[in-house]
Amino acid sequence: MSESCVIQLRIRPAHEPADHKLTAVTNRGRLSAPGELTGPGSLDGGPGHLQGSSAQDNGGPATASAAVLAPQVYLAGAGLSADEPLGDYARRHNLQPASARPPALKYLRSLWQRRQFITGFATASNVAMYSEARLGQLWQVLTPLLNAAVYFLIFGVLLGINRGVPGYIPFLVTGIFVFNFTQRSCMTSSVVMRQNLPLIRALPFPRGCLPLGYVIIELQQLVLSFAVLFVIILAYGEPLTWYWLLIFPILALQSLFNVGCAFGLARWGSGFDDVSQLLPFVIRTWMYASGVIFSIQTTLALIPGKVLYDHPGLAYLLQINPAAVYITLTRNALLQDQRISMPGYHAYNAVRCAMYGDPGRFHIPPDVFQSKVIYFSSYCHPIVSGPALWGYAAGWAVVAVIAGFFFFWRAETRYGRG
Amino acid sequence: MAEPMVVVDNLHVVYRVYGSGVDKGTAATALLRLVKRQRRPSIREVHAIRGVSFVAYKGDAVGVIGRNGSGKSTLLRAVAGLLPAEEGMVYTIGHAALLGVNAALMENLTGEKNVILGCLAMGMSPQTVKERYQSVVDFSGVGDFINLAMKTYSTGMGSRLRFAIASAKNQDILLVDEALATGDAEFRVKSHRRIDELREHAGTVFLVAHNLGEIEETCNKVIWLEKGRIIQAGENVAEIIDAYLAATGGEPRVREPR
Repeated sequence: MSESCVIQLRIRPAHEPADHKLTAVTNRGRLSAPGELTGPGSLDGGPGHLQGSSAQDNGGPATASAAVLAPQVYLAGAGLSADEPLGDYARRHNLQPASARPPALKYLRSLWQRRQFITGFATASNVAMYSEARLGQLWQVLTPLLNAAVYFLIFGVLLGINRGVPGYIPFLVTGIFVFNFTQRSCMTSSVVMRQNLPLIRALPFPRGCLPLGYVIIELQQLVLSFAVLFVIILAYGEPLTWYWLLIFPILALQSLFNVGCAFGLARWGSGFDDVSQLLPFVIRTWMYASGVIFSIQTTLALIPGKVLYDHPGLAYLLQINPAAVYITLTRNALLQDQRISMPGYHAYNAVRCAMYGDPGRFHIPPDVFQSKVIYFSSYCHPIVSGPALWGYAAGWAVVAVIAGFFFFWRAETRYGRG
Repeated sequence: MAEPMVVVDNLHVVYRVYGSGVDKGTAATALLRLVKRQRRPSIREVHAIRGVSFVAYKGDAVGVIGRNGSGKSTLLRAVAGLLPAEEGMVYTIGHAALLGVNAALMENLTGEKNVILGCLAMGMSPQTVKERYQSVVDFSGVGDFINLAMKTYSTGMGSRLRFAIASAKNQDILLVDEALATGDAEFRVKSHRRIDELREHAGTVFLVAHNLGEIEETCNKVIWLEKGRIIQAGENVAEIIDAYLAATGGEPRVREPR
């Protein structure tokens, strides 16, 4: 790598032509003993030290003529001999380049070693987050509630999208709360490095702690908003079943996925503000595409005339997108209506499936449809089956967290810059 | 033989500054720039460090002096690994803690949380943090303010607490960029003592200060920077400071005979 060429010169200024480079040598001759300095411009520089910089520095092989003169090394003690390149000297004493990043495994270990910092940072930030709002921590609950209220008002009441989805309000609220977890993790982590610049600059610690901490902040808020969610859906008459326990593995996988996203966005957002400007639009599109408001399993995919009905490939893609996967799994765990109307829940029955998709053709009165036929989507073929959903949930989590970690780690030493 | 802690090898640092001057800064010019695939025209290069080489050893306290804009802070940030080298290399043992005059660590959190989390972030165990907590708070001298958010602190209080936190661990390399300037006389004495302790624990301290008396009292070596180059450096701290004062037109320092 660094094939530096070291040339020992004994220079007697009086005999040399007025070459500026050679003058520079005499100006910058290395002094090995401190305190001998007489200041710049002195021509009694002792043995000169001409050091060609390595090929990567000057973009070509180091030759004597192209060599950049090394300036004088100040404050050097007796251990540094005149002809040893500084880089070799540093490596000989186990010094690392200040911009070198730790090996990935060591980095992972150091993150684990900082776990108390990560959780402590998250908890403290959570407590401080709403300290300037009069309603304080209440906003942790109010924000998702208000979100749900707005969407219910617009899509449920004004536009009447709930046609075809049994138990629309629990369906909607669950979707919003689950998506909100991923959404907030992405949004906050895109600014995490900029927000914590003073901390990053002042203290040496593995920077990955910060996006991890931000996901844990959201996880802590999720616990509270899920308590609200449980109250809403229980009040709505949802039975409490063992299926509810499934939310633990689902949330664990979703958290892993969010960590991966947070790592990636933290690095992207560290350099440019553009990312955090663009992100809201990307995320809103993602939300509509993930079936938070509509059902991409039933309403959009099984009714003739809808775009997804004619393009099953697109329906497949939408249903395996990570947000949709975690939302669908959570809905199926918490909401009985969703579980029993999920396509594939019953053995395929062409007539019943067709009745769900086009009740007008079978002259089904609206009240019968709402109470009975609305569940017949379960007799249709699933586009993505239940077990496949779990596979995708795990797959996305693993892929995101590994890719995100490496992507973040590769820029570890660059985060405090700018 | 002294072991080197920081080796700076022919370091050049170039800043690229955006958003200065020519660009009108409207959306239309920004779009035009993208269409034409130009770099941002307002980009300006500032060659802040121009070939600096030196070695700092265990137990050194190195003062860095020079006028405003001579590259002192840039040099420290490069040693901390916070600035990429355009050319040359900085070698260090471990990572450096850099204390500047900027804002709080975690400004929304209380001083107490800043102490605890800061110490945890540096890799202390919760047990050690518990043991050292009181001494850090006492050292910082912020008193009752420890329970208030750090953004409510005065500049002096903030820098005292930050110095107290960063020096709670025996850092290998501590870079202090004017962070002590806002402290009062009492704190200056304390921090001086703390820097001596760090040096005894085989740490290396870099100190940027315009208060030359502080440099002379604290440091055993000094580097005089001018326009990104080293003018003089060495262990003859008093001589170099006098030379610097003479060059900048200041009065020579009056010293008590020792």
